[in-house]
Amino acid sequence: MEKTIKQWLSRMKQQLGNKVRSMEQNGAQETVMLVEKTELPDVCYFLWHEKKGRLFTMVGNDERDIHGFFALYYVFSFDSFRHFITVKTLIDPLDPTFPSVSVQLPAANWYEREVKDLLGLRPQGHPDPRPLILHGDWPEDLHPLRKDFPLDRHAPRVQSRESFMPYDSEDVTEIPVGPIHAGIIEPGHFRFGAVGDTILHLDARLFFTHRGLEKANEGMPLEKALFLAERICGVCALSHSTAFAQAAERLGGVTIPPRAAYLRTLFLELERLYNHIGDVGNICAGFGFAVGVSQGARLKETLQQLNERVAGHRYLRGIIRLGGIRIDITEREKEDIVRTLSYVKKEFQELVDLLFSHDIAMNRMATTGVLSLEHANQLEVVGVAARASGRSVDIRRDQPYAAYDQVSFHVPVYEVGDVLSRVRIRVDEVLESIAIIEQLMHSLPSGDTFTPLPPLPPYRSAMGWCESPRGETVHWLMVGPDQTVYRYRVRSATYSNWPAVPLAVKGNIVPDFPLINKSFELCYACCDR
Amino acid sequence: MKSGKEQTADLRWTLQKRMKEVLGRSLHIRHVDSGSCNGCDFEMNTLTNPIYDIQRFGVDFVASPRHADMLMVTGGVTRHLEEALIKTYNAASEPKMVVAIGACACGGGMFGRTYANYGGVDQIVPVYVYVPGCPPRPEAIIEGILLALDRYEELSRNKGENKR
Repeated sequence: MEKTIKQWLSRMKQQLGNKVRSMEQNGAQETVMLVEKTELPDVCYFLWHEKKGRLFTMVGNDERDIHGFFALYYVFSFDSFRHFITVKTLIDPLDPTFPSVSVQLPAANWYEREVKDLLGLRPQGHPDPRPLILHGDWPEDLHPLRKDFPLDRHAPRVQSRESFMPYDSEDVTEIPVGPIHAGIIEPGHFRFGAVGDTILHLDARLFFTHRGLEKANEGMPLEKALFLAERICGVCALSHSTAFAQAAERLGGVTIPPRAAYLRTLFLELERLYNHIGDVGNICAGFGFAVGVSQGARLKETLQQLNERVAGHRYLRGIIRLGGIRIDITEREKEDIVRTLSYVKKEFQELVDLLFSHDIAMNRMATTGVLSLEHANQLEVVGVAARASGRSVDIRRDQPYAAYDQVSFHVPVYEVGDVLSRVRIRVDEVLESIAIIEQLMHSLPSGDTFTPLPPLPPYRSAMGWCESPRGETVHWLMVGPDQTVYRYRVRSATYSNWPAVPLAVKGNIVPDFPLINKSFELCYACCDR
Repeated sequence: MKSGKEQTADLRWTLQKRMKEVLGRSLHIRHVDSGSCNGCDFEMNTLTNPIYDIQRFGVDFVASPRHADMLMVTGGVTRHLEEALIKTYNAASEPKMVVAIGACACGGGMFGRTYANYGGVDQIVPVYVYVPGCPPRPEAIIEGILLALDRYEELSRNKGENKR
């Protein structure tokens, strides 16, 4: 394998010729290609289109203190090689622009708007000049992720630059919704352009819960930063803390003990379980199927109470430690897990049978909110939404972490891409998760649950990733010389998937939007940070 | 000693009793997410599941602040949600009992004060009761409602005395 990766990389270098200035290894799984910024679109398009790399994340960094430049990192994942290629370019502060790659590579759209807002690096030729992370009333010339911008500085509000899709026809009704919604739901503003009941276009204004988390983490000791990382999102808390810990561990070259890896896998699957089961129940609220809602909520509660008994927290917070895990489980707790899961499995099966044999439920779910494979691929959609549209990505299988290479599991894939497919994926994954936990319970190795971390090398980057219940989540981490966070970038599953929602709702009726939205089940907090 | 389940049940009966005593009617709550991680939101949702089921005791989460006696605010108020929180507060009917749910709403939590976050609901609107926790357990949220009722009773008694 190693030899083939080397051959593959050197052939790639030949093909790219003098477009690549240098190529160096960053850890075992990542190769960094340094390119001139003018070559950025060509090289990225080559890696994405010709070599079929997935755009994994993109990070902008203010490295003026280190070497006088800003830096951009476009990371591509090559799942078949289990390798990442990062295209890095340096940007002169005197000319803070770069050629946009978003026209050729639509998935880069948000990332490039984000570096424009937060770092003031302007993508030239970008198709959407509107602000993204910072809303329109933020001054255009202030960029909070620059190192010379103080964390707690409150910028004055200016005349808003916000705009939505204008419609020429009088037949189009604009329906504004949010940011505060009718239920207990996270905030987002939606602007539907509807003809009668049918949605012509959806403009979504997000990032209402942007808390400045990445900046708040800068300068924090890593142990404390871990706690902030798991507070990005309530229901993906463990996925985030695991991804953060893995980034730090990869930076320190540490392998966690097998027992810690198994326990992490166990709890990650428990997180997936309570989310998926709760989501299947919650989707029933999209068509007023109260029995399904109640049963889903009841089983979710059962699982959260199990979490509390075993891990001490209903949302599995506070159990990850850099280099391992803070808690261990006893034989009695093992029995508790097995017993509770066999009960949940039986009850969940009943709920699923009821749901899938209900004509109205099936009618509402089937053919609603279709996301095509083409769109899913173009936008690099991940997680449940990707697998429901025939895109087989699951980072647990593709780039295994924790103990996922020690268990066997099947990654369900459906082709249709409608609400029903997304529900089916969750149902199948619930059963897979229970099967994974059963395997873990039988083969849980003994030993330590923690390896101490050595001092981490400054100004080097590493990534940690995790398949959260919503999909692949990536944490990109760079540590400063004083062992504190220098730059931290979180790309959650929601960040990748949100741009796909407006495409999936097109042509559906407005009353189906809540159902479609629920079937994607995106957390705004994960996305907004 | 009573089991956790029994204690939770007791708490809900107390809630019903106190609601009748203090308000003489049911209690309607409007949720405002002012920039939370959604953990607190999910715990509020939990209150309506078949295990806690506080709707059975006359408490409901309503769609409009106009119908609400109480605002439950989660999150430390982001710059982007400040306006929404103020508008919701202004639209709510008296007595506008604001209950800050969770560490972030109470005082900024882990995020504190940043360029995008104010660090606590009381920076923007007056708060009745603070319910700490990350997130607070469903029982703690019920306890928070009870405390808000106590406070309301006390304030209206004082108001009555002033009038006289």
